[in-house]
Parts: sequence; structure tokens; C-alpha cells
Amino acid sequence: MISCADAVQRLWSYLEDELTATDRQAVDDHLAFCRRCCGEAEFAAELRHLLASAGEVSPPLPDDVESRLLAVLDTFETFDDAETADSADQPGGNEEVQRDS
Amino acid sequence: MPDTTEFKEVVRPHLPWLFGLACRLAGDDAEDVLQDALVKAYRHYDQLRDRQATAAWLRQILVNQVRDRHRHAARHAEEVPVDQDDESTSLYRRLVDEDPLPYSDSLHLDFLSCFTIPDVWAVLDDLPDHYRTPLVLVHMYGVPTREAANALGVPLGTLLSQLHRGRQRFEDALWAYAEKHELLADRQGAL
Ligand SMILES: [Zn+2]
Repeated sequence: MISCADAVQRLWSYLEDELTATDRQAVDDHLAFCRRCCGEAEFAAELRHLLASAGEVSPPLPDDVESRLLAVLDTFETFDDAETADSADQPGGNEEVQRDS
Repeated sequence: MPDTTEFKEVVRPHLPWLFGLACRLAGDDAEDVLQDALVKAYRHYDQLRDRQATAAWLRQILVNQVRDRHRHAARHAEEVPVDQDDESTSLYRRLVDEDPLPYSDSLHLDFLSCFTIPDVWAVLDDLPDHYRTPLVLVHMYGVPTREAANALGVPLGTLLSQLHRGRQRFEDALWAYAEKHELLADRQGAL
């Protein structure tokens, strides 16, 4: 049986459903008999909900900001391809997708 | 270079949430960071093979941009160690022990209901970047931990530590904020 400290340490991963089946079972087993950690779990779930709610409220995008953001792209049309061929700054991630073979 | 008209059509629907995320992660620098990210996305537009993945692709480029800016601002930011995992009392435990709302039947839920969304953001904005950014990405924008670790360029274990410690810091800060702004006193009056 895992300790309260271990159970609490895993609670958020438990709530995010990111635990392995074994770890998940260990937390379930602990919560089945530990009232204190059930309280911790209930509180963590509520806190998680509060954070997610805050994430749903976005600052509005002002029209002038949108215009400025898109206007910069127009300046690229005045360049030739060769002039802007700077591929040193890779953004990472998506380039790992395999090319069609 | 790709066609700007087509590129704009692809990114325009994503601008509102991208700008929101940029504000949350970069504050006053949001527009500059997003501008740089869009330019980068445009230059690497040929790497977007799957249109369904546009949101994740743009998010990753934006997060990279934020990360680079933070590194620039604090040259050794990525070396900031995560605080040692101390045996600090959880907020739940503190609420049970200190019982600040003695007339409440559901103390912990009543405590959290004292906070408005702007309160939550005010608390988050005071956390150091290396705690706030993972919390915002994972718990507020629902980015899976593996993807967040990838976007931030840290090992998954580091990100999980930052999240764990970040949540503790966030809980401590909630308590301090409630005391400073007397949120509980207002609440007690209402109960
Ligand atoms: Zn326990």
C-alpha cells in the first residue's frame, strides 16, 4: 500500500488520467481506505476545475492588434524567395513528421 | 515563400486564442511574441503537413517563442532549479487544521468559491515563469504533459516536478491572497 505522501503526489496525474494502470490502481486502493486523502482528492479536483475555468476566459483580441499581426505578413510579399531563405531558426516539433516515402 | 493570403486564412481563426495564450504567458510582450511566432510559422509553413494539427503546431511555435524570450531576459532561466520538494502542508490540510470558515459544511469548496477568475489570474501572474508556464499550459489550456515538455524543451520528469512544485506554490499563494484581500472575512459574513 502506498503512503499518503505518495498518494497525494500522484493525485493530479490521477485526475489528468496520466497514470499507468498500476499506479492508478495504487491510488484507487489508497483512496478506498484513507479518508484524509479522499478530501485531498476532492479538493484537488475542485482546484483543477477552477484552473480550467480560468483558462476558458481569454483576453479579447482587439481589432487593431489583429490588423497589425496580419499586416506584417504582407511585407514578406515584397521580398524575393532567396532573400528570406533563412532556415536557421527551426520552430521544432512538427518537422519531425515523416515525409511521404 | 508561401502565399500570404492562404497563410492568413489558415491562421486567422486561431488568432483569438493564440493572443489569449500569449497574454497569459508573456504579459505586456504578448503582441510582440505572437508577431514573432507568426513570422516564424509563415517561414516554416511548408512543415505543416496536416491541417488538422494547425492549432498544436501554432501553439508549439508560440511556446518556443515565449521560452526563447524568457531565456533572453534571464540568461540562465532554464537552469533555475525546481525547489526541493519540502514537506509543506497542503492547502487542503491547512484549511482543515485552521478552519477559517467555522460555519461552513464544505470548507474547502467554500474557500475556492471565494476566488473570481481575475483573482485566479492575479495569483498566477505572481508565480515565477518556470512554475506559471507549465501550470498555464497543462492545467488551463489542457496541453498534455508530454507535449508541454516538448514545447518547453525540458524532459518530462522536469516538467512534472515543475507542475508539482508549481501547484504547491499556487496553493500557498491562494492562501496568502485570500488573507491579504480578506476574501474569507467577506465570505464569513455571507455564511
Ligand atoms: Zn492517505
